[in-house]
Amino acid sequence: MAERLRADLVLEYPFTRTTGPVIGAFLTGLREGIVLGIRRPDGTVLCPPTEYDPETSAPLTELVEVGPGGELVSWTWVDPPRSQSPWDQPHGLGMVRLDGADTPMVHGLLVDSPDELSVGMRVTARWRSEREGHIADLEGFVPEGAGQ
Amino acid sequence: MRDIAVVSVAQSQEKALTHTTEVELMVPIINEARGAVGLTQDDIGFTCSGSSDFLAGQAFSFVHTLDAVGAVPPISESHVEMDGAWALYESWVKLQIGGIDTALVYSYGKSSPGSLRDVLSTQLDPYYLGPLWPDAFAMAALQARIMLDSGTVSEQRLAEIAVRSLNGAADNPLAVRSSADANVDSVLAEAPIADPLRPSDCAASADGGVAVVLAAGDRARELCERPAWIKGIDHRIDPHQPGVRDLTRAPSAHKAAVEAGAGNDRLDAAELAAPFTTQEHILEAELGLGSDTAVNASGGALAGHTMMAAGLMRIADAARQIHEGRANRVLGHAASGLFLQQNLVCVMEGE
Repeated sequence: MAERLRADLVLEYPFTRTTGPVIGAFLTGLREGIVLGIRRPDGTVLCPPTEYDPETSAPLTELVEVGPGGELVSWTWVDPPRSQSPWDQPHGLGMVRLDGADTPMVHGLLVDSPDELSVGMRVTARWRSEREGHIADLEGFVPEGAGQ
Repeated sequence: MRDIAVVSVAQSQEKALTHTTEVELMVPIINEARGAVGLTQDDIGFTCSGSSDFLAGQAFSFVHTLDAVGAVPPISESHVEMDGAWALYESWVKLQIGGIDTALVYSYGKSSPGSLRDVLSTQLDPYYLGPLWPDAFAMAALQARIMLDSGTVSEQRLAEIAVRSLNGAADNPLAVRSSADANVDSVLAEAPIADPLRPSDCAASADGGVAVVLAAGDRARELCERPAWIKGIDHRIDPHQPGVRDLTRAPSAHKAAVEAGAGNDRLDAAELAAPFTTQEHILEAELGLGSDTAVNASGGALAGHTMMAAGLMRIADAARQIHEGRANRVLGHAASGLFLQQNLVCVMEGE
């Protein structure tokens, strides 16, 4: 049986994208340490925000600040951490409905063990000290009161 | 509308095709599908494939695979960067337009060189989700916990679905994971791979390919003793962001099933391309499958999930049951994207 052949392959798309008025505002907000959602015509707030209403496709424009605290809607445990993710330690992955938002967002849960996680628990954002307008400016969520 | 039928199917699937290129994989499969109905490429009016250049790691890799078809003299051909079930849909539309009576549809995927659960992160939106590289099992686990917490499904029921696949696959030579002895207790005893999901909740990744020949009207009757007539086919899509959806449901699957007429009569069998037990459970409800329908007798996609081909394989498995006279009305399903974001339903009947 021959050995499996190996070759390095760098797959890349060297394009520049414009993030637009909604995603761009959200990412700029992250750089400033705030989380933005967007209001739908029915008054509910989507976070993360989308440019168009997911049901009616109507353009959405009214950005509102949400969080930084929220409620854990669902979680799993990631061990080992995935090699390309922003996290190098075992961590939780969760869906967090931020205060003021009606939809949950997916992000990391920074705790030492899955025993610390439960649906319905209060969590709050932990920010990186250096931020550049990227989803990973938000380091993840920690249990409320655990120190940001 | 023209009457169009699946008249021939062929497929192959293994855990890992380490030493086989996509062309080498597809030559015998395409030859078998055409040969079974006595056709050569000269007799094919339209050829359409489904595969992923991204998975292959090479732009326009699908063009290479045309070597397995034979594209000289030039042929009428198309490709979708989707599961082959959508290539079948395009071919069905082409046949409806008319001017041709036959079509060859094929698809293939070879994910074994990489880690598919991580590669699938690249199908997520590139701003909110993709940069976090949440792997496919972890994402499915988020959905699973919501389903379990809301009482949409129980761990017992998920284990029963896993056992149905493992047991059914025991008689399917194309399955890459099977067990005649598996039972609910043995599945529930598995340690979670992405809490609350266990290994048997997640589809077994596979490499493989599938080819299908379609024919219209009397041409189908000439070629096949018992054609699998496509009575309805439809595909729909839901929003991408997980937060804006009710993750206990798949409205696009329901809509596709309604539009394809799935509920118009009793279904003898259904083959579902669900990559997780949780999603197979959702599909059974959304497609309205009752206890009188044999679901995934082959083991389904859980027993062997070839990325880009799992859906067309399900349609092929369903059609074969009509060809062999084992069923008279069947449903084949294909899915794509996060949490069953996109769904295709194909309802077929014998005459």
